Amino acid sequence: MSYSTKVLDHYENPRNVGTFNQDDEGVATGMVGAPACGDVMKLQIKVNKDGVIEDAKFKTYGCGSAIASSSLVTEWVKGKTLDEALTIKNTQIAEELALPPVKIHCSVLAEDAIKAAVADYKAKHGEMVVAAACKG
Amino acid sequence: MIKTPIYLDYSATTPVDPRVAEKMIPYLTEKFGNPASRSHEFGWEAEKAVEEAREQVAALVNADPKEIIWTSGATESNNLAIKGAAHFYKGKGKHLVTMMTEHKAVIDTMRHLESEGYEVTYLMPESSGLVDMEKFKAALRPDTILASVMLVNNEIGVIQDIAALGEVCRAKGIIFHVDAAQATGKVAIDLAKLKVDLMSFSAHKTYGPKGIGALYVQRKPRIRLEAQMHGGGHERGLRSGTLATHQIVGMGEAFRIAREEMVAENERVRYLRDRLYKGLSQIEEAHVNGDMEQRVPHNLNISFNFVEGESLIMAIRDLAVSSGSACTSASLEPSYVLRALGRSDELAHSSIRFTIGRFSTEEEIDYAIELVKNKIGRLREMSPLWDMFKEGVDLSTVQWASH
Repeated sequence: MSYSTKVLDHYENPRNVGTFNQDDEGVATGMVGAPACGDVMKLQIKVNKDGVIEDAKFKTYGCGSAIASSSLVTEWVKGKTLDEALTIKNTQIAEELALPPVKIHCSVLAEDAIKAAVADYKAKHGEMVVAAACKG
Repeated sequence: MIKTPIYLDYSATTPVDPRVAEKMIPYLTEKFGNPASRSHEFGWEAEKAVEEAREQVAALVNADPKEIIWTSGATESNNLAIKGAAHFYKGKGKHLVTMMTEHKAVIDTMRHLESEGYEVTYLMPESSGLVDMEKFKAALRPDTILASVMLVNNEIGVIQDIAALGEVCRAKGIIFHVDAAQATGKVAIDLAKLKVDLMSFSAHKTYGPKGIGALYVQRKPRIRLEAQMHGGGHERGLRSGTLATHQIVGMGEAFRIAREEMVAENERVRYLRDRLYKGLSQIEEAHVNGDMEQRVPHNLNISFNFVEGESLIMAIRDLAVSSGSACTSASLEPSYVLRALGRSDELAHSSIRFTIGRFSTEEEIDYAIELVKNKIGRLREMSPLWDMFKEGVDLSTVQWASH
C-alpha cells in the first residue's frame, strides 16, 4: 500500500498531539470510533471568550490515514469559530490528504470528531445540540 | 551500517540458497532434456537428476522415493491429497475433519468439497493454537474418510502432535493428511514411524525455488488418489505435466542441505528468536500468540495492545514482517488464525509475525528490537486507548459510538 506524501508527513510529524485538561474553561472533547473497527479519534478544542477555537489537540488509535486526518483537522480548526469549524467536510480532508477510496472513512471520522467536540462544548455551555451520528 | 529493509518474513518465503541456485542453472541450459524422453541421452540425464532429487526429498522425511510425487507446490499437494482421496474413497463416506487454523489451501479445498456434497468438521484449537486430542477423537465419525491437520502453523508456528493424531486415525481406518509446508528443515519428520498417509511439501519455504513441491503418498498401506491433473500420465498417473527438472533439482538440493544442517541451523535461529522475544517482551502489554514450547524455533508472533496494526506496520517498514491484520479493504479483517485462538479483534489487528532464517544476523535482531520499542512508544503516546488503559479504564466497558 502506498501513502500520499501529505499523509506520510502528518504521520511522521503529527501536529498537536496531546491532551488538554477537560475541566479547564473552554475545553471540549469529542471522541469517535471504536477499537474493534480499528480507529478511535479524540479531538480536543480550546475555545476563547469570543467563541473562537484558539488551540486544538488530538490522540488517535488508527491507521496512518486516520492519524493524518486528525492531525490535519487540529490545524484547520484553529482560528475558526465553532460554526466555521462545523463547515469542514470530510471531502475536503480526503482531498487535501489524497486519501484512496478505502480510507475515506478516516476523513469521515475526523469530521465526526469536530462535530462531537463542538457538541460537547455547546452541551457544557448550556446549548442543546444533537450529536452527529457516525457513518462511513 | 545495517541494510534495510531487514527480511524477517522467512515463513512467507525464503531466498534460494546460493548452493541451490548453482545446482539448478545447468538444468536450464545444457541439461535441458525432458525427463520423460526415453529415447536419448538428454532425457536420461534429466530423468537421473529428477530421481536423485526424489531421493533427497525422501531422505529428509525418511520415506521411500517411490512415495514422492512432484507438484507445483504445497497448495497443489493439498488439493491433490484432499480432493484426490475424498473423490477416490467417497463410497466409504463423505465426512472430513480439519482445523479452523489450517492454511487457506486446505480450508478452501474443504469448502469446495462441501459444495460437492461432502460434510466437513472444522475444529477450533485451544487458546495455545494446539488441537485437543479428545475433541479431535470426538469429531471422528463412522463415515469420516479423511482428516487433515498441519504440522506447523504458518502464522503462529505451533507444532501439532501428528504422531498421536496419526495413531488415532490409523486405528479407525481414516486417511490422515498433513500439510508440512512450514515444517521441513525445522522439525524432524520420520515417515517410516509416523502414521501419516499423505504429506504436502513446498521447496520455497526451505531455501529452494518457488513453483515446486511434492506430495508424499504412502505405499504401505497403499493410499489411492483420483488425479486432479490429467494428461501424459506422469508421476504414475497422479500428476500429469512435464516435470520442471531445474525446479526439482533445486528442491532436492535444498532438502539435502536442510537434512545436513537443520540441527545446527535451528540452534542458531532459536538463539536469535529468543533474543528477539526477550527484547520485545520488555514492552508493556505485549502478548505472544500461540504456545511458546510446542513451536518452531524461528517464529515469534506477538500482539502489541493499544496500537493499531496498520500504523504499526507503517512505523516499522524498515522490517519486512507480516501482520495479522489484512488492511487491504475498508473493512479490516483480522487474522482468522488469531481469532480462532480467541484473541480479540484489537489484539489480532496489532499482531506482528517475525520469522527468522538462515541469513538473519544478531545485528539485525537488535536493530529490530530497538525499532519496535521506539515505534510502539511513539504510537502509544498518540493513542487515546493507551491513555485510558493507563488511567485504569476497562475498555471493554466503554460505550463506543459504532461507525
